[in-house]
Amino acid sequence: MNQLDGIIDIVAAICMVTITISIALLLYRVVKGPTNPDRAVALDAIGLNLMAIAGLVAILLGTTRLNDVILLIGILLFIGTIALAKYLEKGVIIDREHD
Amino acid sequence: MLFAVFLPVLLAIFIPYLSKWKENIHTGFFVLLAPLAIFIYFIFSIGNGFDPVWQKYQWIPSLNIGFDFYLDGLSLLFVLLISGIGTLVTLYSIYYLDKSERLDQFYVYLLLFMTAMFGVVLSDNVYVLYTFWELTSISSFLLIGYWNHREGSRYGAMKSMLITVFGGLSMLGGFILLHLVTGTTSIQEMIAQADVILQSDYFAAIFAFVLLGAFTKSAQFPFHIWLPDAMEAPTPVSAYLHSATMVKAGIFLVARFTPIFSGDEWFFVIVSGVGILTLCWASYMAVRQTDLKGILAFSTVSQLGMIMAMLGFGTKTAIYAAVFHILNHATFKGSLFMVAGIVDHESGTRDIRKLGGLATLMPISATLAFFGTFSMAGVPLPFLNGFYSKEKFFTAATELPETSIWLAELLQQAIPYLAVFGSIFTFVYSMYFVFGTFTGHKQLEKLPAKPHEAPIGMLLSPMILVLGVVVIGLFPNMVNSTFLAHTAEAIYGKPVETHIKFWHGWITPLFMSIAVVVFGAILAYTRKGWQGIYTFLPGKLSFNKAYDFIVDQLEKSSARITNRYMNGSLRRYMVLILTAILIGAFSTLWITDGFALDTSDIASVTIHEVVVAVAMAIAAISTIFTRNKIAAILILGVVGYGLSLLFVLYRAPDLALTQLVVETITVALFLLCFYHLPNLREQTELASQKFTNVAISVGFGVLMTTVAISAHSTKGFETISDYFLEKSYKLGGGDNVVNVILVDMRGLDTLFEIVVLGIAALGIYALIKLRNKKGAEK
Repeated sequence: MNQLDGIIDIVAAICMVTITISIALLLYRVVKGPTNPDRAVALDAIGLNLMAIAGLVAILLGTTRLNDVILLIGILLFIGTIALAKYLEKGVIIDREHD
Repeated sequence: MLFAVFLPVLLAIFIPYLSKWKENIHTGFFVLLAPLAIFIYFIFSIGNGFDPVWQKYQWIPSLNIGFDFYLDGLSLLFVLLISGIGTLVTLYSIYYLDKSERLDQFYVYLLLFMTAMFGVVLSDNVYVLYTFWELTSISSFLLIGYWNHREGSRYGAMKSMLITVFGGLSMLGGFILLHLVTGTTSIQEMIAQADVILQSDYFAAIFAFVLLGAFTKSAQFPFHIWLPDAMEAPTPVSAYLHSATMVKAGIFLVARFTPIFSGDEWFFVIVSGVGILTLCWASYMAVRQTDLKGILAFSTVSQLGMIMAMLGFGTKTAIYAAVFHILNHATFKGSLFMVAGIVDHESGTRDIRKLGGLATLMPISATLAFFGTFSMAGVPLPFLNGFYSKEKFFTAATELPETSIWLAELLQQAIPYLAVFGSIFTFVYSMYFVFGTFTGHKQLEKLPAKPHEAPIGMLLSPMILVLGVVVIGLFPNMVNSTFLAHTAEAIYGKPVETHIKFWHGWITPLFMSIAVVVFGAILAYTRKGWQGIYTFLPGKLSFNKAYDFIVDQLEKSSARITNRYMNGSLRRYMVLILTAILIGAFSTLWITDGFALDTSDIASVTIHEVVVAVAMAIAAISTIFTRNKIAAILILGVVGYGLSLLFVLYRAPDLALTQLVVETITVALFLLCFYHLPNLREQTELASQKFTNVAISVGFGVLMTTVAISAHSTKGFETISDYFLEKSYKLGGGDNVVNVILVDMRGLDTLFEIVVLGIAALGIYALIKLRNKKGAEK
């Protein structure tokens, strides 16, 4: 088991570095654009990477306390991206009731 | 004495009720009783065997402040002047002020002033003295501005207020220093410690501050400018405040502190120098006036200068002469003001160019004026008290004390000549006053009213005062040993034996008096011939102009300075605030040597932390340069996510959770308002402004980094986090230490954070709902 632990740690560390690099690359898309939907998708992807990192940190630390975070990120990303998409599509987020 | 001091103000409370009957009884008759009673109460203190009386009443014992009344010869002279002339002025005002005036206000102010003056002259406690002193300023302000519908009254009241309160505040500074140096608040105990004061480091400041208070109050050069403008007050007020009582408060103060200050050689130079300068300048300026009260105002200033100069001489003769002249000046100047008021009242004008030849129409007033002016001029007649004090003044001017300061020696040689010069002009304006008004051509067509003799009630008060002039003139020794000797002793510190007689023989002062009369008569006769000199001196220069300029410029330049930095631009305010913080924090760090960089306690850095940090930094910086507003918020989202990532990496799941939610909501909120927000505009800033912005932001970043690093490197004590970790479960019953701290250990903070959120929610609701409703405040 100890050997396996060591391997998991190494793999997790490699994954962490890789994912952070991918965040940095996604940052390029967010900053550069060229359009706002590009940025929105990139931000969504950053969020996904965030979930991954939270999971990896949980593995590295051997804790389950970060599971809430992972789930929450999933929900929030969904809501945030929907809101963004709706805004980009219609210009408003919350529709007013028709009088 | 407490009752005597506060009797007028007690009466003042009932004045508004009493004045309701003013149709039947003039309110002044009620008022008359107060000063009369006080005069009678104090007159019995006069006598050969007079001893100072102490009476102490507590006020604020913990601060050593109490109503400590001390009645010595000096206080007695002033108390009798205030109450005596107060009685006469009240009597005069009954006939002077019509029942249609707002009598209740007038007499309330007047009674307030009486209490204040009694307090000033009787207080032994410096702070109580100061309190009453300011009360005289305030009540004088109210009385000068009595006819507040007139522009001139308001101007004069404002001016006297500014100047006398300026002096009063400086005097308070002097008193506080005196208290600090001597450790007592009693003037008599301070006098006992005169050596301590003279040798203290603060002596120069005490001296300057106290004298500044006295000079402004007593209208000494160059602070005399408020007095002529105070002539806008009703004449009874001018007669009372601005000739007999309030303007002598400064004289009183100098006299009271003479036992302390006269130990210093500069006392002579400053007090006598200022006094003699005031005497000359004001008597010179008085001839130029065309208003009767204007002449009398400058005359008052010059006479006050003369008294001040004599106090400065500090010799036995001089002090006695000063005291004697205080009494004499009060009698003749009070009567002259009243006569001027009668002339104004009966002829409708005070302009001396329109007046003339009134002697046949107003014989009694003319006679009173003759006595008053001749006494003021110091004409050598055996029934005029002014002559005695003037001759004593000359005697004192020729017998000046020994001194070693070169300036004082210079002054000593000049003083006899200056004294004669001032007295010549005193003679000229006295003659101008009386002959210009009562002799010469009648110009009845120029007068607004048909002049006739005043009613007897109005003439009564000046008659009594002129009677005083003559009685003191005939029997000068009557007031001498019984009364004035005590006063002079209180100032001089040693018994003063003086015998006054009319004829001293062929001595220098007599020749000086003769010179005054001769040259004065010549100058008065040829006045029209040399009056052109006033177009050269002072010409366009005047201290009024200087005052107006200062007040005007003070307002303008304050407005200019305020407008310069308060330009309504938030950018400007941020620049000022941040620069102030930068300078303050960096200089504090520099002075306290707070810079510290200690690497021993730093954890190792992993590559993914570096990558996240760099990504956040890039996102933050690129936000600044983004032109597209949605792009800006999206890029800012990266910073927010990066931050929550850091929270995850640093094992703070609760923070990460909260940060994520808040970040998402913030983005959503931004998107909500984005529809209404204007497009990010091109910053049209100057290069210099941009440079300032960059410099300040970089400086602030450096500052916060420095502070953070320095704070981390210098840990003064152990953290208390171990305690929380240990006790979280035992005391709080929870594993989650963060949440236990939030709701158990530091629950109060959480409560108020909830309140903040509640207020914010209500505020937003109110802002949106009340936006367009009528009645909502704009």
